Amino acid sequence: MLNIKDIMETVHMIQDDNLDIRTITMGISLLDCCDTDIDRSCDKVYDKICRLAGKLVKTGEEISELYGIPIINKRVSVTPIAMLAASSGGDPVKYAKALDRAAHEIGVNFIGGYSALVHKGFASGDRELIRSIPEALSETELICSSVNVGTTKAGINMDAVAMMGETVLQAAKLTADRNCIGPAKLVVFCNAPEDNPFMAGAFHGIGEPDCVINVGVSGPGVVRAALTKHPEADLNCVADIIKKTAFKITRMGQLVGTEASRRLGVPFGIVDLSLAPTPAVGDSVAHILEEMGLEVCGIHGTTAALALLNDAVKKGGVMASSNVGGLSGAFIPVSEDAGMIDAARSGDLRIEKLEAMTSVCSVGLDMIVIPGDTPAEIISAIIADEAAIGMVNSKTTAVRVIPAIGKDVGEELEFGGLLGSGPVMKINLDRSPAKFISRGGRIPAPIQALKN
Amino acid sequence: MKAVVSVIGKDNFGILAKVSNTCSNNFANILDVTQSVLQDMFVMVMLVDISHEKCSFMHLKNDLDQLAKSINMQISLMHEDIFNSMHRI
Repeated sequence: MLNIKDIMETVHMIQDDNLDIRTITMGISLLDCCDTDIDRSCDKVYDKICRLAGKLVKTGEEISELYGIPIINKRVSVTPIAMLAASSGGDPVKYAKALDRAAHEIGVNFIGGYSALVHKGFASGDRELIRSIPEALSETELICSSVNVGTTKAGINMDAVAMMGETVLQAAKLTADRNCIGPAKLVVFCNAPEDNPFMAGAFHGIGEPDCVINVGVSGPGVVRAALTKHPEADLNCVADIIKKTAFKITRMGQLVGTEASRRLGVPFGIVDLSLAPTPAVGDSVAHILEEMGLEVCGIHGTTAALALLNDAVKKGGVMASSNVGGLSGAFIPVSEDAGMIDAARSGDLRIEKLEAMTSVCSVGLDMIVIPGDTPAEIISAIIADEAAIGMVNSKTTAVRVIPAIGKDVGEELEFGGLLGSGPVMKINLDRSPAKFISRGGRIPAPIQALKN
Repeated sequence: MKAVVSVIGKDNFGILAKVSNTCSNNFANILDVTQSVLQDMFVMVMLVDISHEKCSFMHLKNDLDQLAKSINMQISLMHEDIFNSMHRI
């Protein structure tokens, strides 16, 4: 029989330390839904999503009951809609509405893929889609959007970066009456992964099969609880504890993903080894860093602690899963992490430190509330900085900032649910990068040798 | 198919009897029982076979949930695969 201590460890992880499967995301290719008539194309999109993902939510709930582990979100990601818009023409918002209807019909939390990949330039449909993002996010409820503006191999498309600054600001203005929720569902990527199961950046890449199941695990609370038991351990030992915990968490993701794939008759894609926090107490990445010995997240030493955490999570998780992918690392979304919210409120965590942290961990400047009067070119410059970190370091980076329309530093924006709430963070508005941003063109791809 | 019933709470009379009774009413065959006191809490773990044709995982889970409320203990029913995958390579 199984060891009683092992059994109780698993039960404690779930009941006391908030261990859960954060998301089962079904990736669906919509390439076969292309049509020269946009209405016909939208009908095909709706039908295909409902056909393939109709049982996703029910299956997720059944697996959750069977294994006794909560599966928080069931989601769908689709082929970047700009590709469909390229062949159909017309107003891309029609696709957003069709996706939103399908998402409501099948009962998923979010549907991602209102996206365009423009890292080297704009193809037909890309500009139209990007221009339509604010309206699409304001007129739908469950759509998530992303735009990839750079890659290590192509460089950074600065025309797209300039457009995205405007787009983020516009999305906030159009949803100002709903706590500026629009930009909370919009991610600007560099090196976007094609198999990411996490929102808001999930889309179904063009190299993916027709339909696939990807799983995102969570568990910051479990890692912190494991570290609490070893307050005097040196950092080698800390890394080992994190690796062992990440292994266990990931095995659970692998089990759930394999079972979901079997029940739905869809191939299993990847487990995304991520520590995804929630605003719930005891589910914070910042608190892990503080458990390691930082008085508060954001002070000097935070980047080093996060680098250790991020690497150990990957090392532990890789052996636990047959296929690892997506973003895989520790997430640092400010408004979704109780410890980060506190650190931002107290002024210990600043945007400059967050930028440094993104160079050693997964994702990027995530869920950061900025003053509502931030000019578009400054948002573009924030995006350019973050994309440069991703491009040069051959890693995924992203920006999801939320201009809080009508609010300034010290005030707060409340999204509710998993998106949490966050204080408006101070950014440098005194001097302008407008000239640099308005130059346009491309930042060339970096050299891949002579690494220093 | 096997599942693990875990019971945690303050020690009291008849816990094993009540849990066993619920299992038996649901055609779940008890294969093994271990109990211990961990951090001042009574902990009991039961391995049950739930492959009998009249045994429904959901019925058993609901009955155990009700029992948990009535005796003020934490009871969970989980498929054994989750423990195997987490703790065995």
